[in-house]
Amino acid sequence: MKSLAELQAIRNRMIDQVSMRKDDSIDTRVVVGMATCGIAAGARPVMLEFVEEIKRRGLENVTVSQTGCIGMCRLEPMVEITVKDQEKVTYIHMSPEKVARVVAEHIVNGRPVEEYTIGYQG
Amino acid sequence: MDLIRSHVMVCGGTGCTSSNSAAVIAEFEKLLAEKGLDREVKVVRTGCFGLCEAGPVCIVYPEGCFYAHVKTEDVARIVEEHLVKGRIVKDLLYKGAMEEDKQTVKSLDKVDFYKKQKRVALRNCGVIDPENIEEYIAFDGYAALGKVLTEMSPDDVIQTILDSGLRGRGGGGFPTGLKWKFAKASVSEKKYVCCNADEGDPGAFMDRSILEGDPHAVIEAMAIAAYAIGADQGYVYCRAEYPIAVKRLQIAIKQAREYGLLGKNIFGTGFNFDMDVRLGAGAFVCGEETALMNSIEGMRGEPRPRPPFPAVKGLFGKPTILNNVETYANVPQIIVKGADWFKTMGTAKSAGTKVFALGGKINNTGLVEVPMGTTLREVIYDIGGGIPGGKAFKAAQTGGPSGGCIPASELDIEIDYDNLVAIGSMMGSGGMIVMDEDNCMVDIARFFLDFTVDESCGKCAPCRIGTKRMLEILERIVEGKGEDGDIEKLETLAESIKTTALCGLGQTAPNPVLSTLKYYRHEYEAHIYEKRCPAGQCKALLTYKIDPDKCKGCTLCARQCPAGCISGKVREPHVIDTAKCLKCGACMEKCKFGAISRG
Repeated sequence: MKSLAELQAIRNRMIDQVSMRKDDSIDTRVVVGMATCGIAAGARPVMLEFVEEIKRRGLENVTVSQTGCIGMCRLEPMVEITVKDQEKVTYIHMSPEKVARVVAEHIVNGRPVEEYTIGYQG
Repeated sequence: MDLIRSHVMVCGGTGCTSSNSAAVIAEFEKLLAEKGLDREVKVVRTGCFGLCEAGPVCIVYPEGCFYAHVKTEDVARIVEEHLVKGRIVKDLLYKGAMEEDKQTVKSLDKVDFYKKQKRVALRNCGVIDPENIEEYIAFDGYAALGKVLTEMSPDDVIQTILDSGLRGRGGGGFPTGLKWKFAKASVSEKKYVCCNADEGDPGAFMDRSILEGDPHAVIEAMAIAAYAIGADQGYVYCRAEYPIAVKRLQIAIKQAREYGLLGKNIFGTGFNFDMDVRLGAGAFVCGEETALMNSIEGMRGEPRPRPPFPAVKGLFGKPTILNNVETYANVPQIIVKGADWFKTMGTAKSAGTKVFALGGKINNTGLVEVPMGTTLREVIYDIGGGIPGGKAFKAAQTGGPSGGCIPASELDIEIDYDNLVAIGSMMGSGGMIVMDEDNCMVDIARFFLDFTVDESCGKCAPCRIGTKRMLEILERIVEGKGEDGDIEKLETLAESIKTTALCGLGQTAPNPVLSTLKYYRHEYEAHIYEKRCPAGQCKALLTYKIDPDKCKGCTLCARQCPAGCISGKVREPHVIDTAKCLKCGACMEKCKFGAISRG
């Protein structure tokens, strides 16, 4: 180790790999419905796209997890995003193509993508 | 590796390893690979989570679900339900991990066992992979060393440690900063930094768990200490009975060297430091600082007289500091977060936290870390979950063979160094053995004396001969052969051993006797004068009796008795021939009518 910058570089590279274990550091939770209905409708590629997009942008403090059947199977794949201290937003009929926009507008800039939400389409 | 969305942290500490967590890890890896999930779910073998009673334990992130008593056959359900479908397997969760409504999972810090804890020395245990230096770095590892080498002078470092009020966690409670200051003041071209990982108290496993769960914290702290006093070589003296700790420490040292965090010119500052592990053969006396240094030098593990103190003339005759594992584990965070932060925890004279290994008659056997000043009641009942079988708390033994017993009347004592000494016990390294109404205190004193007699190195007469004589008296008492004057003899012997023994082991060896005499003198007296053991533990003093009013003459006890000493006709009260009775208690266990009593 020749410099502090080198240490910092390792830390930065590793931090998003371990941030999910720091309970209080999580600001945003992305929860993908992954019951049979969700998986059948293509939830897995959606979830993987979220993971990849978050990684690509180097976002810290965001976790992606999965849940069971949210209850409206016809609207799957469904994704719920909870930003700390804000109301949960539910997206429906998600596809991998829509993920980048949701990450950019909702998670990064704090403006939910209205037209993908359950309130707009449902 | 890029798509990891979930981490499965499985405890790989000694406790869980012995309840087969290695097989659980293998099963996770196998099933995840079969499902093609091995690129999204990462399995990490961590250090101790603390709740050894519930082992093997695993935590699944990001949900933070705490699964307890995980068997290999449970793994399939966790993979299938939780990791594939995102449905938490509620019946496998730790019983205290659910909210009242039995629907939502509590976050870990709200679980009773963790609620009152404050993990500083154990902060990374159960959180990182101890065999991966990069995970340690991600949790701010080596930032303290970087800060020290680039921004602070050795005097700044020592002042910070002094200001923090950190005291030695190995038992004595000597201010760590002062120790460093003395060693810095000694002029020598060569100095050493040592770490005492020769944890020898029966029932103690704090240092072991730190080395197993967060070895880099110790390495980093030793490098900081070396910079502060002007040393370039360190040794960790660890007992060979800790194979997992030794292995992880060796891996950690190797990684630190590869990353240039040990070796020459660290962080390009010209500071050199390297370290090695030395294995002890499990002699209790080698936890004593001068004996430990003798042992590192390859000599017999016998203490040397002090002064000169190690800070002046220690390892290989050079100025040396020796700190305990837990003490070191606190250091990096004090540097990063500051002395004031550290002082916000604990009491005025004992800053910070203390790790205790809870054992004995307690529900949540395991490792807990609480701020100093937490009461014994909180540790035993709120965190430890109380005594099994609803029995009454009798005493807590702290400080191992050098410590003493804290009686029920002192349950509300705020645990810190000075309070414990004031009531005749000591902090010790942190072993805490809980005893209930069934434990005989004379027998406990005998147990600890037996241990010290065994472990005495034999160099000085008070310890070699004195403790042996004390043990003989105690053995007589528990066998019902105690005589008038025995208690006084014990007291005289104890006093002279305390004042004349060469090292800490001998000087503190009488403590278990003195503290039990202080609080449970009546038990000694009952043994000696009434030939009776109030707790019903000392076999020689027990007699089993059948209450003729309660006995229905079912003959069950007579059939159980291995000595054939119970006689009586069917449907008539039975009688025990006490001369032949072996006092095994088999009859009492079997009696359905509670007719048999002992006393």
